[in-house]
Amino acid sequence: MRRYSAFAIAREAARYHTGWERAWKSPKPKKKYDVVIVGAGGHGLATAFYLGKNFGITNVAIIEKGWLGGGNTGRNTTIIRSNYLQDPSAAIYEKARSLYETMSQDLNYNVMFSPRGVMMLAQTEHEVRGYERTAHANALQGVKTEFISPQRVKELVPIMNINGPRYPVLGALWQERAGTARHDAVAWGYARACSDMGMDIIQKCEVTGVRQENGVVTGVDTTLGQIDCDKLAMVVAGNAGHLAEMAGFRLPMESVALQALVSEPIKPCIDVVVMANTVHGYMSQSDKGELVIGGGTDGFNNYTQRGSFHHVEETVRALVETFPIISRLKMLRQWGGIVDVTGDRSPIIGKTPLGNCFINCGWGTGGFKSIPGSGWAMAETVAKGEPGSLAGEFGLNRFTEGRFIDESVAAGVAH
Amino acid sequence: MLILECPYCGVMADETDLHGGGEAHLKRFGPGSSDDEFETYLFHRKNPKGVHFERWRHVSGCGKWFHAARNTMTLEVYGTYPAQTYEPPKELVAKIKKKHPEWGGYE
Repeated sequence: MRRYSAFAIAREAARYHTGWERAWKSPKPKKKYDVVIVGAGGHGLATAFYLGKNFGITNVAIIEKGWLGGGNTGRNTTIIRSNYLQDPSAAIYEKARSLYETMSQDLNYNVMFSPRGVMMLAQTEHEVRGYERTAHANALQGVKTEFISPQRVKELVPIMNINGPRYPVLGALWQERAGTARHDAVAWGYARACSDMGMDIIQKCEVTGVRQENGVVTGVDTTLGQIDCDKLAMVVAGNAGHLAEMAGFRLPMESVALQALVSEPIKPCIDVVVMANTVHGYMSQSDKGELVIGGGTDGFNNYTQRGSFHHVEETVRALVETFPIISRLKMLRQWGGIVDVTGDRSPIIGKTPLGNCFINCGWGTGGFKSIPGSGWAMAETVAKGEPGSLAGEFGLNRFTEGRFIDESVAAGVAH
Repeated sequence: MLILECPYCGVMADETDLHGGGEAHLKRFGPGSSDDEFETYLFHRKNPKGVHFERWRHVSGCGKWFHAARNTMTLEVYGTYPAQTYEPPKELVAKIKKKHPEWGGYE
């Protein structure tokens, strides 16, 4: 792989850009791999990358039914933060956030990580108490956050109306080194690095069955034929339940649509991410000038990748109340993604009832921010056959044992 | 927008008047059941791509719980029925089966 650098741009400019190579190869699947990863989204590619980088396992195929990064990796609002209440969540999300800091250098691919700061508004007394508690928990967990005053909120975001009639801003949980990144670039950067290590990324290859012998996985049937493997890692969103059914077990989760929208591009007006969980909306401004807006999930199971229209209205209403200057903006695009939500709103990483088959799913509405940490933890689980310290608490057995990592109360809406 | 007919008051209610209550016809397990049964009852849900039977409540109307048969891929609604039953009405299952012969039926 030729490295990307300022010198490379100069070199290619001098020869009319004829020397750029494809970022990743698209090989035919081999008969057998050490590890087959189902799902070439951010999480699957990150799992592959850390399998190679941390454990030297490179005989790996990453198979994808659609195209690389075309699921929720390409459908989110690109927010990265780690201000979670529960210890296991804070550990894995902070690991992810810290890996984002150096990701562009590690992958030699510009993922445009922008630690612009994430602010979660407290608009009720309950929220004030909740976020103060989270700030204290974060201090103990080694995650740098602070609870800031309404005046500081106004300084950071001058366009915000902090004296709204319904829900005045009473303070905010502020994480200075949280922010955003270019979501597609994260998938592309990992894919390029994986391909460079000799891994096979196979797109348009849908899994149709899971092969097993004596309770141990032996391979998968796909639309491109049978692929054998020693270990199987299922790293998918929106279809995890479906895939688990093929492997003969059930997962404690349901799939719902979560949607986002962007406005027409305007001049820079907000340089942090603002989340307002009481009124149900969050917003940041992309480098193109569009306001990137997200809200709540649908209240019923569906796989439509559309989302309910009234949620758009709710979200926009909340944001117009918080940022009156956006009231005349037109919305350009709206889209939805299917998220798998578990009973405690925390992901599942670990072993499955099927031998040598591992699962990483159920990230719900908070998948993008966790990509590198999730890949790191999943790679360790797959390589060693047992979850390590990061993944340990997130096993499937927590539902039987009642050891929940309850983030549904800790995170509110946008999680 | 999802529109369901409330089987009690006959109103065609849109989803802002309704509240979803998750999978219908759950079998309850309580004291004396095994850990696995209890876990299944509490957390495991059918999450089908296709025909799904659900509980809904007509919150902004009569306030009563009812059941609906719906398709999670197309958002098509096959019908609604009162909640005082342990399984979906046979006519409704037959109607869905006629429309989708490949559907495995209600289990």
